[in-house]
Amino acid sequence: MCKQKKQKRNTPMRDVMKRLRKNRMAMAGLIILVIILLVAILAPLIIPYPYDMQDYDSRMVSPNSKHWFGTDNFGRDIFSRILYGSRYTLTIGFGCITIACLVGTLLGAVAAYFPKADNLIMRSIDIIMGIPTFMLALSIIVALGSNMKNLMIALSITSMPTFARVTRAQVLTIKEQEFIEAARCIGADSRRILMRHIIPNCLAPIIVQYTLGAVNVILWGASLSFIGMGVQPPIPEWGLMISAGRTYLRDAWYISIIPGFAIILTTYALNLLGDGLRDALDPKLKQ
Amino acid sequence: MIPVLLGIIVIVFTLMYITPGDPVLSILGENATQESIDQLHEELGLDDPYFVQLGHYLLNVLHGDLGISYRSQRPVLEEIMSRYPTTLKLTFGSVGLGIVIGILFGIVSAVRQYSILDKVCTSISLFGVSAPSFWIAMLLVLVFSVKLDWLPPTGSYGIKYWILPVFTMGLQASALIMRMTRSSMLEVVRQDYIRTARAKGQNEVAIVFRHAFRNALVPIVTVVGIQICGLLAGSVLVETVFALPGLGKFIVDSVGYKDFPAVQGGVLWIGLNCIVVNLIVDIIYSFIDPRIKTSYGAKKKRTSVPKRQVAKNV
Repeated sequence: MCKQKKQKRNTPMRDVMKRLRKNRMAMAGLIILVIILLVAILAPLIIPYPYDMQDYDSRMVSPNSKHWFGTDNFGRDIFSRILYGSRYTLTIGFGCITIACLVGTLLGAVAAYFPKADNLIMRSIDIIMGIPTFMLALSIIVALGSNMKNLMIALSITSMPTFARVTRAQVLTIKEQEFIEAARCIGADSRRILMRHIIPNCLAPIIVQYTLGAVNVILWGASLSFIGMGVQPPIPEWGLMISAGRTYLRDAWYISIIPGFAIILTTYALNLLGDGLRDALDPKLKQ
Repeated sequence: MIPVLLGIIVIVFTLMYITPGDPVLSILGENATQESIDQLHEELGLDDPYFVQLGHYLLNVLHGDLGISYRSQRPVLEEIMSRYPTTLKLTFGSVGLGIVIGILFGIVSAVRQYSILDKVCTSISLFGVSAPSFWIAMLLVLVFSVKLDWLPPTGSYGIKYWILPVFTMGLQASALIMRMTRSSMLEVVRQDYIRTARAKGQNEVAIVFRHAFRNALVPIVTVVGIQICGLLAGSVLVETVFALPGLGKFIVDSVGYKDFPAVQGGVLWIGLNCIVVNLIVDIIYSFIDPRIKTSYGAKKKRTSVPKRQVAKNV
């Protein structure tokens, strides 16, 4: 009996993954991100010293074989703190952008699908977008108090409008298409049409915005922590570590410069992946 | 524009209103008597209900009065104006530098796509958008002030003091402008009219600047507008590192003192600036792309045509 060969169906998702796999830079970004994610998960097991262990006999020791990235002004191992800090950066980055994406997408979709809600939702979005992002996040943190939870609330609110706008624009075009009319004809209700037919069809720009938005959130989070309006010490958040080492820039540059490379590695990888996804999902570049 | 501005006022006011902590205590100090605390509460109108306070604030803002700073006891607008030129100089200096570097390298990258220069420019610009500005600032201080001792690390006493801050923010601005110029130019250079221009023997410089660049300008202007707003608001980081007495640093310092009128006024002022920048960007669009200007005119015409047709048919 001849074996029947399993034929893979060419789904749009498979096409996108194929194009993404061909993009070496995007794959490099993805691999770096996976490594950072693994480091964040395994941090308590792989850090050589506890991130908050203070050793006053070896304060501000420059990088050596014992302390790969040196120690800070409290004698804490910078390498361990950077590895452990990846947990906070990734939590802030992906946590905020996930909340922003879910809320923003839903608001944008509702605004586009129900014309009565459009004006109210979009004018509110316009007002939020009218305030420069950094200033809005700063004001929210001032009102709520500066800690990691409030930082995440502030960054989620400030990142949400872009998702609402992107989704609204997509939904406005998709809702006029025939398959939506067909769904309505067979008696699907609005919730089902939105959730099962419209939103899955406008995911492409949302995925790109998710990746590139995470870069902004990580940078804003680090910036707010840098000016003391975000995560509070002794948490080893990278922006906070850069800020803490500012005073010692002349004598111990590594305290603030090395954590900066950790931020850049993460955001660079996300940017590479975001650019790759944009190209892979761009219908104009389809062969 | 006006509803957005009103919305901004309401949001910022509400956020400051719900902020915990009594500003009177930070004005009078911890040793103040209950009597003096109550008196100042009354004077500042802090005991009034939310809507009364909001109404007063809105009315005052409409009269150009942003209140009195709790910290310095001077009008907030006066405080803002004394710091505004610093932020403005920093922002426009950086955006200017960003435009020159970003557009130049963006064009070169697009024209010589996949060349080594293109790859270098793209990688550097990606680094620019990935790096936090305060970190770049500290790196530049470390290299040019601490190690080489060429430029002063902090202060604003002359042109020398502006080089590092402007370069820090300019580098970041140029990264985004370059990426946008490159992608926008790449889209344009594939158009048929560029091939036509080449076919009729037009020289390459004219093709790039007169045919391609002009048509690629709209997204670039958009990104420049976004950059100006971002830098106006985000200058606080660079101002903190270089100890520049700008508006951003003023707002952050005011937060520490619970000087709410100053924070409200500062955020509102930056918001107003961004609205004006966006308006100017919209006006510039119509100069760059005449189709945008005519599309407004065409709308009016289009609405009038069916009416006439209807009248004839009737």
